[in-house]
Amino acid sequence: MFHWLEKHPFFFAVGVFAAIAFAGLVEIVPNFAQQSRPVIGTTPYSTLELAGRQVYIKNSCNACHSQLIRPFKSETDRYGHYSLSGEYAYDRPFLWGSKRTGPDLHRVGNYRTTDWHENHMKDPAAIVPGSIMPKYTWLYKNVTDIDTAFAEQLTDAQFFAVPYNKPVPMKDGSTKIVKLGKSVAEANAMALAEAKIVAKDMKDQDIKDAIASGKIPEIVALIAYLNSLK
Amino acid sequence: MENRPLEYDYTVAKMFMLTTIALGIVGMLIGVILAFELAFPGINTILGSGLAEFTNFSRLRPLHTDSVIFGFTVSGIFATWYYVGQRVLKVSMAESSLLMFLGKLQFWLYVITVAAVVVSLLAGETTSKEYAEFEWPIDIAIVVVWVLFGVNMFGLIGLRREKSLYISVWYYIATFLGIAMLYLFNNMEVPTWLATSAAGETHIGDWFHSVSMYAGTNDALVQWWYGHNAVAFGFTVPIVAMIYYFLPKESGQAIYSYKLSLLSFWGLMFVYLWAGGHHLLYSTVPDWVQTMGSIFSVVLILPSWGSAINMLLTMKGEWQQVAASPLIKFMVLGSTFYMFSTLEGPIQAIKSVNAIAHFTDWIVGHVHDGVLGWVGFMIMAALYHMAPRVFKREIYSKSLMASQFWIQTLGVVLYFTSMWIAGITQGMMWRAHDEFGNLAYSFIDTVTVLHPYYAIRGVGGLLYLTGFLMFAYNIYKTMTAGKRLDSEPANASPMGA
Repeated sequence: MFHWLEKHPFFFAVGVFAAIAFAGLVEIVPNFAQQSRPVIGTTPYSTLELAGRQVYIKNSCNACHSQLIRPFKSETDRYGHYSLSGEYAYDRPFLWGSKRTGPDLHRVGNYRTTDWHENHMKDPAAIVPGSIMPKYTWLYKNVTDIDTAFAEQLTDAQFFAVPYNKPVPMKDGSTKIVKLGKSVAEANAMALAEAKIVAKDMKDQDIKDAIASGKIPEIVALIAYLNSLK
Repeated sequence: MENRPLEYDYTVAKMFMLTTIALGIVGMLIGVILAFELAFPGINTILGSGLAEFTNFSRLRPLHTDSVIFGFTVSGIFATWYYVGQRVLKVSMAESSLLMFLGKLQFWLYVITVAAVVVSLLAGETTSKEYAEFEWPIDIAIVVVWVLFGVNMFGLIGLRREKSLYISVWYYIATFLGIAMLYLFNNMEVPTWLATSAAGETHIGDWFHSVSMYAGTNDALVQWWYGHNAVAFGFTVPIVAMIYYFLPKESGQAIYSYKLSLLSFWGLMFVYLWAGGHHLLYSTVPDWVQTMGSIFSVVLILPSWGSAINMLLTMKGEWQQVAASPLIKFMVLGSTFYMFSTLEGPIQAIKSVNAIAHFTDWIVGHVHDGVLGWVGFMIMAALYHMAPRVFKREIYSKSLMASQFWIQTLGVVLYFTSMWIAGITQGMMWRAHDEFGNLAYSFIDTVTVLHPYYAIRGVGGLLYLTGFLMFAYNIYKTMTAGKRLDSEPANASPMGA
């Protein structure tokens, strides 16, 4: 049979394809029938948070930080409850990372504050002596791209049925509605309003000035995203 | 037909040889910079704080991985295919002007795509999925390049005079099919303009932005099915294709066992794809997928070692060539690193070992002993074998080649030993508890302890890069100043003499 295959490239290729596609069919396809359902308390990202997530991706924070707490005592002691599948229901793409040069960030919102991030991102070694994380000074100058985040939200709502403008169950039994802007202008206004709340806890005068003039520096969006990780 | 040997046309092979070398230098140089950034963080702002955005670790890291994978290695695959393909199929590229045109088109499109990748990654335009960071316009360009590669491959096969496909061709076909399947499925994404145009706008924000078709755990599953098997079909399958051709050719020895190559090939094809789950142990993917990943990783030793042993036994009775020829040294040590790396990987895929190894530098070390010791050595050996036949000149300096071998071997050894120690140290420190059950170390303790190992790794990388520059210089001098050859060097090593 093998000798015959080696003389018939088409059937050879078909054979190879069958051999390599088989594992994917068995291991991956069944999981799509069972899409992960969000756990209670998991909400879609607001425009500013999603923009912050894009800043996180743009700077490949995931190259050094994981967002996956494994079910070991040493990890739950350090980072909090181990990660659940449903918590990632709105994560497109997933950001688990593959290397922890720095600590896990899946629940960083529980134990770090806006103030801490503001100082840390400017000069990590000044806050954590011995840190090898670079300074992210440009985040304080670059302006956040809210439009692209809004476009991503529209895509999420339209193609993936992400429940914007719909009540989402919370842990305390209440519900929460994450609003989606009706236009680019409204999305920007909503993001700015949210950015003002974050910036209230920040000390950098340039940031405050930028917000006052209607611009959102990338650091503000990034902190909004990090604070949402709980 | 006429009774004279075929004249092969190496135009396209030569083009890709150049990108193999150029992108190898770029990728490895960035790698060395990254290594030293971890040891000495000041290097993150090496070009001043104004340009820090483009020189800092996280922005450069995808550029390193992608330029060695899609630059150095994929160029090497193309270069060797356009050399090996003709020779084992007994057909010349010159016989079909269409294939020649498509080959050149593939090359230039590839160069343009690489340029687009460099610009977009430096700008931070990334999907974040490892080795699949490109946004959809670049994905489409990559697919076109790959399809052109496939058309050329099957075109040459269609025109072949030798009816039986040589082992190397099996592996090249598998490379083409495997990467095509993996790349397409992992990069399924919805461009945002599809949604915004439905809302009546042409586009909102960046027109090239997209959203992954998969969410959370499912996205992770597809990504590591891809990530793991991109290693299979980028770093293993095509490299095995190369060694099955170049080792017998260079040594003048016949392949040790046809049956062993048959077992290894079909075994590798069937088993490799299952093992992706070992990247997701203790994550939120279904437990049975994790277990399958672990088990199949261990089974994978069989076909991997099958190929490597077949290669080593091919040298049976001719071991003096290893001493005499640096080219044979590269390939024999390459097979040895392949064995070593394919034993190390399954060990790391065992759940209890993975609990310590995952997220640490041990994984980085594992990747690099495979890539530096196996992929890098084999591609350089292939180009060294091709150069005298393609440029019709003798290799410029054999002694330079020999020193390069030892410098790079030392580099690889420093690299993986330092990363083993770093990884296991950190993994153990993360999980250490004191007598009261509290964590023994804060996270930063587990970072500062790594400094000496990061420095040693940087030196290892620098040695490897130095060797690669010697290789580039040697090939350049061969092209321009090597002694002209009237006829092709014979099978047995030209170095052996």
